Amino acid sequence: MHDLSRLRNLAVSESGFLFDPVTGHTFNVNATGLAVLQALKTGRSEDQIIAELTESFEQEGGEDVARDVAEFLTRLREHGLVG
Amino acid sequence: MNATDNPAPGVAVARSLRHEPSFRGRVIGLGYDALDPGFYAEGLLDGGVILPYPSAGRDAMLAALGRAKHEFGIDVVIPTLDSELRAIASAGPELEALGIRTFVPRMDSLERASKPRLHELARSPGVVVPDSEPIVSADAIPKLVKRFGLPIMIKGVYYGGDVAHSEADAVLSFHRYVATWGVPVVVQRFIPGEEYNVAAVGDGEGGLVGAVAMRKMMITDKGKGWSGVTVDNPALLDMTRAVVTALQWRGPLEVEILRHKDSGELNVVEINPRFPAWVHLSTGAGQNLPYACALLALGHPAPPMPAYRSGVLFVRISLDQISDLSTFEQLTASGLMRPRQVTR
Repeated sequence: MHDLSRLRNLAVSESGFLFDPVTGHTFNVNATGLAVLQALKTGRSEDQIIAELTESFEQEGGEDVARDVAEFLTRLREHGLVG
Repeated sequence: MNATDNPAPGVAVARSLRHEPSFRGRVIGLGYDALDPGFYAEGLLDGGVILPYPSAGRDAMLAALGRAKHEFGIDVVIPTLDSELRAIASAGPELEALGIRTFVPRMDSLERASKPRLHELARSPGVVVPDSEPIVSADAIPKLVKRFGLPIMIKGVYYGGDVAHSEADAVLSFHRYVATWGVPVVVQRFIPGEEYNVAAVGDGEGGLVGAVAMRKMMITDKGKGWSGVTVDNPALLDMTRAVVTALQWRGPLEVEILRHKDSGELNVVEINPRFPAWVHLSTGAGQNLPYACALLALGHPAPPMPAYRSGVLFVRISLDQISDLSTFEQLTASGLMRPRQVTR
């Protein structure tokens, strides 16, 4: 289970612009990243997110949704946004 | 009123006073040069005074302020430069006799907040400062490099700081700061991480009137913050409160805090005993700290300060101010800029 306390304070706009009010850092994410963030904020697990993304987004041959979600979570951890 | 590429806080303080809807006073700019840009800022000032440089001595400064009182009826002075602050802080009785009020730190607080003594604050609850030591000889550097490791911070007693990556660099910086400011030079353990700045006002009794924290987003080649954003980090405000309590601080201050990139530990690396040049951001975020300081100087109670908004930006710009030559003439000929000469 991820520590979502920082994520809950994150300001997320529909354009994919993020503002972390604790550090003052800003980020830009694409539509997929936005979907993952919004799902995380509601408390969905990594497996649930992968399942939803696979269903919601058109998948081209060979795409590894699980790998992409894991990488994105790693980026979020690097920036201290999830524990 | 200096607002060049290394701006002084005076213009920001003046703007914040102007911004307050209930402010009915006049704003008189104090500067050291007839071309200080603040004198020419449209709609900012009701008058201006050229002060003698601090090196001219306390009596010269008091005489100039007395003249300003006579000309403009000044009630409150808010010093915004370190170099003028000590003279003003030590001249409380003389200024009161002139009818000029201040809300500035006491001399003992100023001393305790100075760079050479900052490490003593580590003994105060809630305050974390990096190891540091004031030195008067470069001979002390090798021992401190061994103790603090590299890189190491070398700081001038009044202004400036270098990150030295070798003992040789540290020695070079030491001599440069001695040549500029004299001794001591402060050697401080380097904290890798991000800097946050907090503008605040202490009530003089250990309490915090208000405080706004921000992170610089853009820094010039002179190390000046040219844009920044307010942050909502209670730990920064707690540390600032602890500093104000420990020092029983009265008046404005800026606390520079470094957040260690690995441990996240906050360290107070410097205390500036006056408003920073970015203080108008505090007003933009909902806490008009300069106006609060003016009220306190007049003996009014501190105004209630709302929680400030995070995510408020300041972005500094350079613009060419068009002015009449008469403003320059007044300042150079008489050292005064009278209201009828102000370009609006």
